[in-house]
Formats: sequence, C-alpha cells, structure tokens
Amino acid sequence: MAVSGIVLVLFLIAHMLGNLKVFAGAASFDGYAHWLRDIGKPALPGVWFLWILRAGLVVAVVAHIWAATVLALRARAARPVQYAHRKKIQGSYAARTMRWGGVIILLFVIYHLLDLTTGHLNPVGDPTRPFANVVADFAPERWYVTLFYTVAVVALGFHLRHGMFSALRSLGQQTPGGERRARAVALGFAVVICAGFLVVPFAVLTGLVS
Amino acid sequence: MNLTLRIWRQTGPEDKGRMVTYQVDDVSPDMSFLEMLDVLNERLILSGEEPVAFDHDCREGICGMCGLMINGNAHGPQRGTTACQLHMRQFKDGDTIDIEPWRARAFPVIKDLVVDRNSFDQIIAAGGYITVPTGSAPEAHSVPVAKANADAAFESAACIGCGACVAACPNGSGMLFTAAKVTQLSLLPQGQPERYTRVIGMVDAHDEAGFGGCTNAGECTVVCPKGIPLSTIGRLNRDYLAASAKRGDTPGT
Repeated sequence: MAVSGIVLVLFLIAHMLGNLKVFAGAASFDGYAHWLRDIGKPALPGVWFLWILRAGLVVAVVAHIWAATVLALRARAARPVQYAHRKKIQGSYAARTMRWGGVIILLFVIYHLLDLTTGHLNPVGDPTRPFANVVADFAPERWYVTLFYTVAVVALGFHLRHGMFSALRSLGQQTPGGERRARAVALGFAVVICAGFLVVPFAVLTGLVS
Repeated sequence: MNLTLRIWRQTGPEDKGRMVTYQVDDVSPDMSFLEMLDVLNERLILSGEEPVAFDHDCREGICGMCGLMINGNAHGPQRGTTACQLHMRQFKDGDTIDIEPWRARAFPVIKDLVVDRNSFDQIIAAGGYITVPTGSAPEAHSVPVAKANADAAFESAACIGCGACVAACPNGSGMLFTAAKVTQLSLLPQGQPERYTRVIGMVDAHDEAGFGGCTNAGECTVVCPKGIPLSTIGRLNRDYLAASAKRGDTPGT
C-alpha cells in the first residue's frame, strides 16, 4: 500500500508541475507535452520512455488496488456481525473514506484518460494540441466537467491526507511528536496538490487562460 | 433517572441473537454502568427471567475484563475510561442506551455481552514474553534503561487487553493491542534477544486469529481506556520491517 502509493504520489507531483505550464502560454504547454513523448531519444525510439513510465504506473495502480482489496476483504471477514448502533467516525474522516474515495479516484482517472489523453470525450480531442483540449474542456458552458474534476481532486486530497500519513506510519514513523509532524506534512501536501490541480480548470473557467 | 436499554441478548454461541428493550427506573447518577446493569439483573431474576450476562472483575478499570459497546462507543462516551468506571451521570434521564458486545470474528460471543478473547492469549503465546531463568529478582541497577524508553515501554505496558481497540476498528484489527504487547518488550534491554522473532510471531498469530489488517484509521486509540498512542503501531511496523530483513530467524516458539 505504502510503496505503490509513494510511486503514485511522485507521479502526481510531476503531473501537477507539468500542468502549471499552462500559465506559461500555449506554445510552452504544447512544447512540454511534445517533449514528454521525446524523452530518451535517440537511445529509446518513438514514445518508448513514455510507455515505460505508463507501464510502471499501471503496475503501481494494480498493486495499490490489489493491496486495498486484500485489506477490505480481511476487514469484512473480521467483523461478520455488524453493530446495530455505530458511531459514525471518531478517528479521521479521511481514513474512513479511503476505500470509496479510491473508487471515485479510479473512475475519475478512467474518464480523465478518455478526456485528455485519448481525446474521445473532449470537444476538441486533438492529441497534438493539448492546450486547445484543456481550454475547450473547462469552458464556462461545460461547468459540469469542471465540477466533476473538482469533486475528484477534493476526493484525491482526502485520500492523500490519510494516505501520506499512513504510508509514513507503515514505513516506521514511531514517535508521538513525529506523528504530529507527519500529519501536518500530509495535510499540507494534500492542500498543495489540490490547489495545484484545481488552479488550471478554474483559470480556464474564469478566462485567465484562454 | 429512568432509562430505556436496548441490550443484545444471545443464549449461546449458536443462537442468532437480537436486541431486547428493557426499562430501568430510579437509576442513581452515582451508580457505575455495571451497577446499573446489576440493578436490571436483580429485577430480571426476581421476575424469573434470565439475567444479562456481562464480563467484569475488578471494577476498578485495571483488569480488562469488562467491555461493552455503549451507543456505538467502546466502553461508553467517556474517554480513557473502562465501562466499569463509567458513571450514570454521563447519561440523561429518559435516554435510550444501546448495549452490544464487541464485534469481531476473533471475539465470538459466548452469551449476551460476553465474548471469548482467547485470540489475544494466542497472540501473547506467540511471543509476548521474555525467556529468562526465573529465581530471585536481579539487581535493578545492573541493567540501565534510558528514561525515554522506560516511559514509552510503560505507556505500552498499560494495555489491559480489554479488546476495545478491536471493537472500534473499522477493519476489526487488533494491531494496537499487538503493538502494545510487542513494544513494551522491544523498548527494554530484557526484550532484545527475542525482539525480531517476537514481532513476526505475534503479527502472524494476530492474522491467523482472524483479525483484520491495520489501515492507521486511528479509531482504536480514541476508545483505548489506557490511552495507548497510535504511534505504538509505528514502532511495531519498524520492528516488523527490520525483522523481515533478517531472514533465518524462527518466529515465536
């Protein structure tokens, strides 16, 4: 759970930084997107590097889901009779919503790939012009797309808030003082990632980027 | 105080069980929760009914026998308190109180509110001890222990094994108990020789007993009557990772 999560977190950081290139203009953003396909040339032909990266991400996602499923099945087996009266949440809200939050994020990722990678669900849908795709996607009249992205990114924020802390704990964070720091780092990181991802659709929505 | 109680009644391990409603009148706010159940049971006995079975022993909050899910809270609404030390002043006149046993596959219900916590004994038997020659107590000053380690070990050793952590855990995991029992020894010099076989053996026994896996949700530490911190599980994880790297050791004998 922790190791695959860390791989995905590293991807998220790179993805967010790449997204922010949208503020540097269409040429810079498109140039960055084309450069991604060219990394490793000429040692690796075509878009091999990108495909190696994608394969690594798929392995991490599958490992993450597999570990989560094992934990969920064990949890279900461990309590065959449910409580008649159950306090909703006493610990952390983020922790109790990890599983459904993860499902929401998975569905969002599938939509997101069809939208901005393959272009099937995008009004422009031209893989050679990613800037145009992004601007068309978050146009004010398509507010429901922005809303869905916002819901998904906030779900991701909650997921990261508990996930980061939990990963540090699984890897041996062991003092009460360290726990306070780990929780603060996890919260700060989740907020930064949320803000970094949401600033792009909202910039398009408000006309800051067009 | 007049209270309505909804109590889980189950005649034996094979019975399906159900919630039954009882009315208890004239409850003093100074009674403990278990004394209130005693009053109910006396009334039930007088009227020829089967009294409600519940576990208890010292009634001083240190033996770990009592354990009730009260309105969905393990040991009731007051933090850092066992059910026997919970007083009726925590409730209001006219309240309806739901009382259930701990729910976990590893804690099968024996009768009514009594569960079998033998699975905790199995975890202890898998390594929760040190192997030393018995005899007269050694000179205490001959083995120095750093103050910070002594304090942290004592914090873990405060665990009374009541099972509230399992009852509250959304995964039905007993990891806070296991972590407390592992780290009270791994922090002390006397626990070092068996440190890494202990953690592997006890976590294996925990998993075999049918407890769920820990996801660091933190519900356990909230209800723990002894306030065992969640970071205890981090100590266990660190020992477990170190032990996994040391191949060739035989887990708990």
